[in-house]
Amino acid sequence: MSDFLHDGWSVYIATTTLAGIVACLVLLSLAARRKVMSGDNTTGHVWDDDLRELNNPLPRWWMGLFVITIVFALCYLALYPGLGTFAGSLGWTQQAQYDAELRRARELEAPIYARFAAMEVDRLAADPQALRIGERLYVNHCAQCHGSDARGSKGFPDLTDKDWLWGGTPERIVETITVGRHGVMPPMAAAVGSGEEVRQLAHYVLKLSGSAHNNLAAQLGRPRFGVCAACHGVDGKGNTALGAPNLTDKVWLHGWGEQAVVAAIERGVDNRMPAHADKLTPEQVRVLAAYVWGLSQPLPLPQPQLQTQRLSAR
Amino acid sequence: MIPIVPSGAAGGGGETARVVSLYQKAPTIYARAVHGRFARWRWAFVWLTQLVFYGLPWLGWNGRQAVLFDLEARRFYLFGLVLYPQDFVYLTALLVLSALGLFLFTAVAGRLWCGYACPQTVYTELFQWVERRIEGDRVARMRLDASPWGWNRVWRKGAKHACWVVIGLVTGVTFVGYFTPIRGLLGAVASLDLGPWETFWSLFYGVATWGNGGFMREQVCKYMCPYARFQSAMFDRDTMVIGYDAERGEPRGPRPHKADPRARGLGHCVDCTLCVQVCPTGIDIRDGLQYECIGCAACIDACDGVMDKLGYARGLIRYATENGIAGRWSRSRMLGRVLRPRVLVYAAVVGAGALAVVTSLALRAPFRVDVLRDRGVLARSVDDGRIENVYRLQIMNATERVQRYAVAVEGLPGLAAVDAPTAEVGPAQARWVPVRVQLPADAAAAASRGSNPIRFRVERLAEGAQGASVVLEKSTFIVPR
Repeated sequence: MSDFLHDGWSVYIATTTLAGIVACLVLLSLAARRKVMSGDNTTGHVWDDDLRELNNPLPRWWMGLFVITIVFALCYLALYPGLGTFAGSLGWTQQAQYDAELRRARELEAPIYARFAAMEVDRLAADPQALRIGERLYVNHCAQCHGSDARGSKGFPDLTDKDWLWGGTPERIVETITVGRHGVMPPMAAAVGSGEEVRQLAHYVLKLSGSAHNNLAAQLGRPRFGVCAACHGVDGKGNTALGAPNLTDKVWLHGWGEQAVVAAIERGVDNRMPAHADKLTPEQVRVLAAYVWGLSQPLPLPQPQLQTQRLSAR
Repeated sequence: MIPIVPSGAAGGGGETARVVSLYQKAPTIYARAVHGRFARWRWAFVWLTQLVFYGLPWLGWNGRQAVLFDLEARRFYLFGLVLYPQDFVYLTALLVLSALGLFLFTAVAGRLWCGYACPQTVYTELFQWVERRIEGDRVARMRLDASPWGWNRVWRKGAKHACWVVIGLVTGVTFVGYFTPIRGLLGAVASLDLGPWETFWSLFYGVATWGNGGFMREQVCKYMCPYARFQSAMFDRDTMVIGYDAERGEPRGPRPHKADPRARGLGHCVDCTLCVQVCPTGIDIRDGLQYECIGCAACIDACDGVMDKLGYARGLIRYATENGIAGRWSRSRMLGRVLRPRVLVYAAVVGAGALAVVTSLALRAPFRVDVLRDRGVLARSVDDGRIENVYRLQIMNATERVQRYAVAVEGLPGLAAVDAPTAEVGPAQARWVPVRVQLPADAAAAASRGSNPIRFRVERLAEGAQGASVVLEKSTFIVPR
């Protein structure tokens, strides 16, 4: 990886840095001595008729401190990156430090996750420690889109209901988190027909879920549902293999009402959930999936047990 | 006030330019032991401050260390108080009050803090005491340092440094004991099982104590300490400072013990230079007040001893104000000037500040609440047109028992938190609670578009709750356009 367009810049920066340090040394030695202009231990300047500046020498250790800073700078530049593209003899990088700390954290977590590995997901979803870990993972990685309460918002699915675009089994949830999802509905305007025909189809779709609709328009739109059935099924119950939503319930991910449905048919939908395989370990994904799965379960899950850290007087 | 002392042989005017070094090796100061009223005060402060410093971590409270700053858990325990990082304003208040207190003492009687209670002074005093036990007083120490290296010098220096290092390490470990429970810490020290950071900071403070108390001493006050710099700005002509009564003392000179100084045309100063020998910063107070003077009153004790021996009145060097020395005022007249505007203002501000801090701590709710609007969702409409906003409340329990809290919301008609959330939070723990707040459709239509101010009302559900148990926290409720 090159930081500069030309290696000359690296040399230029390194030279400037070192020259600056050398200049500090030169300045220090030049400024450490001076000519005395008067015989009375003052600098010879007089202000306001009687105010003079005494020449009280600083203690030598003070100059020693300056020298120490210079020595420190040189040692630092030899050990760590700082001179252009010279990486430093320790080979330290932020990335390596981050990786080392991450490895250390993973080592510390290993025994905890080892205990979880032996548990079924439904037991995991009731385990207080797993719940606490799951909650934190959720807040850090999922809450940005799905909300702190996991109820989602327009375009971001609600995770607490029983309606799953891609299937609500723990295995499917693990898959969703690991590889991400890409929910695509192509623009259907061409396949459906004119604006009026699209509107009629929209009313049929609204009718499927018993939402407010115009019955006549729905009747007229019904035959055109064939193009939709390929993904959403003949009965409109959706298809979790494709991530095609169930049109017969009252969950409206992309907005509710005629306008929103017309927009979806005409323009299509392109919805993505990013993959988290590179951010989370498989063990973490499993705990997180158990937490998310638990959110939609009607059984009252136990509240996370309180972690009481008594300060032992040891 | 600063006399200009010609250095060495004054050259013939400004024509001959000599080259001088602006850095010189600071001469070692061999302060002579001093006994007297003010030295006893200083020792009293040494005992007091060190008993507090070394003793405090050993006090227990509620089954834990009474004073513990648990940086890792971000909880700060002060006897009955559990403070969170959010309470750092109290640390600010403490520092502000300390600074104002310093101003107040300084305006009244100069560098009182420096002379008696500053850690630098206290540790220097301790280290010098050890030094005197082992190497002897001023003259003996000078001789020892001038002598060639031999058995005598080696064992004395070695023993002295061994004692110093022990004091330094005890201080360092005690300091770390404010941040890590000290009983466990001491066990870890005994079994050589200290963590890397604990080791580092123990050694760091140990070395700093050893270096400052053993070597740097007055150099810290003269060249490093910022307070020393600005304390002179607190002085005025009515500040009690250590002053030499030149009118009474001059002309100085030796005299036979029973001679009448008047007859010899002498003042009361016998030029014994004891005041210079005891001075920890190595100045001659008879040249007038200098910035190096830390107000330790060692010269007063030394001079009073000499005056007693000679049968002269005490107080040739004494605490006096500039006005007092110039106008030959009596002590009571000088003290009459203590309650001047500058002092009264400082005292009033310190008093008001202290009162404010105490009141604030007394009225402090035993828990804190932070409200964060949800990061992803501004607002959404749910069934039958209700508007919903999501919040995350962090509830921080500042007591040492498990507590239950109920969350309610107010500020708009019909506004309600869904399912009346309650939360149980462990002792000195914090918890995030997601809260959904809904506004009925008709109220939403009446409310202004955009953000509406609302308040969360978090109540502690406790039997026998003491102190305030309701916290109100402001937030906003967004109604989509």
